[in-house]
Amino acid sequence: MDSAKRLGRRLLPQFIALALILMLIWMVFPAFFSLAIQNGRLYGSLIDVLNRGAPVALLAVGMTVVIATKGIDLSVGAVMAICGAVAAASSVRGDPLVLTLVLAIGTGLLCGLWNGFLVSVLNIQPIIATLVLMVAGRGIAQLVTEGAILTFNDPGLIFIGSGAFAALPMPVIIWFVFGIAVAVLVRRTALSLLIESIGINRRASTLSGIRTPVLLMAAYMLSGLCAALAGLIVTADIRGADANNAGLWLELDAILAVVVGGTSLLGGRFSIIASLVGAMIIQAVNTGILLSGFPPEFNLIIKAAIIVIILVIQSPKIETAMTFFTARTKGVDKAEQQTR
Amino acid sequence: MKFAKALSCATILAACTFGTASAADLTIGFSQIGSESGWRAAETTLTKQEAEKRGIDLKFADAQQKQENQIKALRSFIAQGVDAILIAPVVATGWDEVLTEAKDAEIPVILLDRTVDSKDDLYLTAVTSDLVHEGSVAGKWLVDATAGKACNVVELQGTTGSSPAIDRKKGFEEALKGNDNLKIIRSQTGDFTRTKGKEVMESFLKAEDGGKNICALYAHNDDMAVGAIQAIKEAGLKPGTDILVVSIDAVPDIFQAMAAGEANATVELTPNMAGPALDALDAFLKDGKAPPKWIQTESKLYTQADDPAKVYEEKKGLGY
Repeated sequence: MDSAKRLGRRLLPQFIALALILMLIWMVFPAFFSLAIQNGRLYGSLIDVLNRGAPVALLAVGMTVVIATKGIDLSVGAVMAICGAVAAASSVRGDPLVLTLVLAIGTGLLCGLWNGFLVSVLNIQPIIATLVLMVAGRGIAQLVTEGAILTFNDPGLIFIGSGAFAALPMPVIIWFVFGIAVAVLVRRTALSLLIESIGINRRASTLSGIRTPVLLMAAYMLSGLCAALAGLIVTADIRGADANNAGLWLELDAILAVVVGGTSLLGGRFSIIASLVGAMIIQAVNTGILLSGFPPEFNLIIKAAIIVIILVIQSPKIETAMTFFTARTKGVDKAEQQTR
Repeated sequence: MKFAKALSCATILAACTFGTASAADLTIGFSQIGSESGWRAAETTLTKQEAEKRGIDLKFADAQQKQENQIKALRSFIAQGVDAILIAPVVATGWDEVLTEAKDAEIPVILLDRTVDSKDDLYLTAVTSDLVHEGSVAGKWLVDATAGKACNVVELQGTTGSSPAIDRKKGFEEALKGNDNLKIIRSQTGDFTRTKGKEVMESFLKAEDGGKNICALYAHNDDMAVGAIQAIKEAGLKPGTDILVVSIDAVPDIFQAMAAGEANATVELTPNMAGPALDALDAFLKDGKAPPKWIQTESKLYTQADDPAKVYEEKKGLGY
């Protein structure tokens, strides 16, 4: 009970921001919250937010853990493109669905292993180490697709992107279940403590007996796994692997989701659930802009303005001011009670 | 130092490959930008095919998106004394010097698909499509197809600020002018990609009464249209019937959609720029007749009546 309360307090700013944005969209687009059942699935703008936010939400899970170790993974967008290309190529070849999925996810894990190796064994700074794959990744993906958009027709693979289970689109189920599973796994074990300790002081952690290289490697592999899942979803969604555009700039959105979720880029304390809410905030802004009907020239300006406001609200200065304010009003209440 | 050595080795190697074989009567150098899109790959394939058809020895140089590589390739072509040069310039500026060198060597240069900011006496001619015209061909098709009936159009724009997005929008709007039955009710960018095309179309459908309020979709390229078609299907509507779909580029996948009745029309941005270019060159070399400074390629309209399944088979192998 106590931990639930603590989680609630931790997530409060994110939920307030999300609620404000949803209200804002509702004001410019009144039908925003209307839901209907169509073809046996829920249909509406709110579902679009959950569905379209899937790639960034998945990336944010891995990115949160990597950032908690004081690292960063710039390669996730490119890894998405590689995994999508591998999946499409395998599907076109006529492989069974299971093999396709194993190949795509294996590729993601392999990319993560490479990043982890550079960071933990060779001690290269994460931003540089992952930049390698960010730049080279799209080239690798293009080699796999031979420069064209590789289309496929396997209904099983397509189902991952646009199918539905229990009236919800598959991508929503995937990110939700996966995100909660990872969050529970790290929180219910000592993993979160170990990850945070590496992020705060890697050397001290190593000296106190934590196997830092293994854990770092695992963190980057988790990020690779998330990128593979996200890559599968975007590829399955359009029934084709677009090496040039799949996951383009999504690494930045994923980092933004983590930051909006309140996790510090300096490493240490982290919250996966908060990052998931952060991803939904970003997607709500994107969908809201599309629904508002403003000319496209304004898209980025509106998005930037909203993000700046959210970050300002969450900034330490404002937080201190808020605590000071609430503490004072509480103090006044107490004083009043005493005089009574 | 090592790098410089490797580089010079590579240059020599490249020069060697350029230098081999010159049995045919004409030798032409072709400096391509690179292979950043399927369309560009198709252009390369078709240029090679057109040259082969005419018995021309084509020397191909891939610049990998770098102007310095193109300039290097042009200098190497000039040094070899080719009969003519085809170039798809990666940027518009900075060509004066190397084009003057070609002119001094009396080698005609033909620009493909993009133009340059140099004086027009430095090149023989430029073969490009007219982006505004493409938009207006698409618009005219929609005007004819709706035949005076009231129709709300949604538009998927290309990348905001890019010249194809600006010009294709302009041409389409010009074609619609004076037809008050046609109204563009929503216009948003889909960044020329399938994913964004699908996402934006989903929001259009939600915003316009589940799509009942939309009668036609105009997409600035086929990829966005392909994404949007999926969104329309998932919303329980029939693309091609409930919502008319017209787009530009004529990539193979849109012909598949047209064959399935899910897209209605596309305007071709032909990857065959080399055909008209080589024809003009031929006339110039034979009778010294200088072609006009701008040769506009045909913006051909394809509809469901043009046997899309057959066109798909033809286009499939071009490397799109």
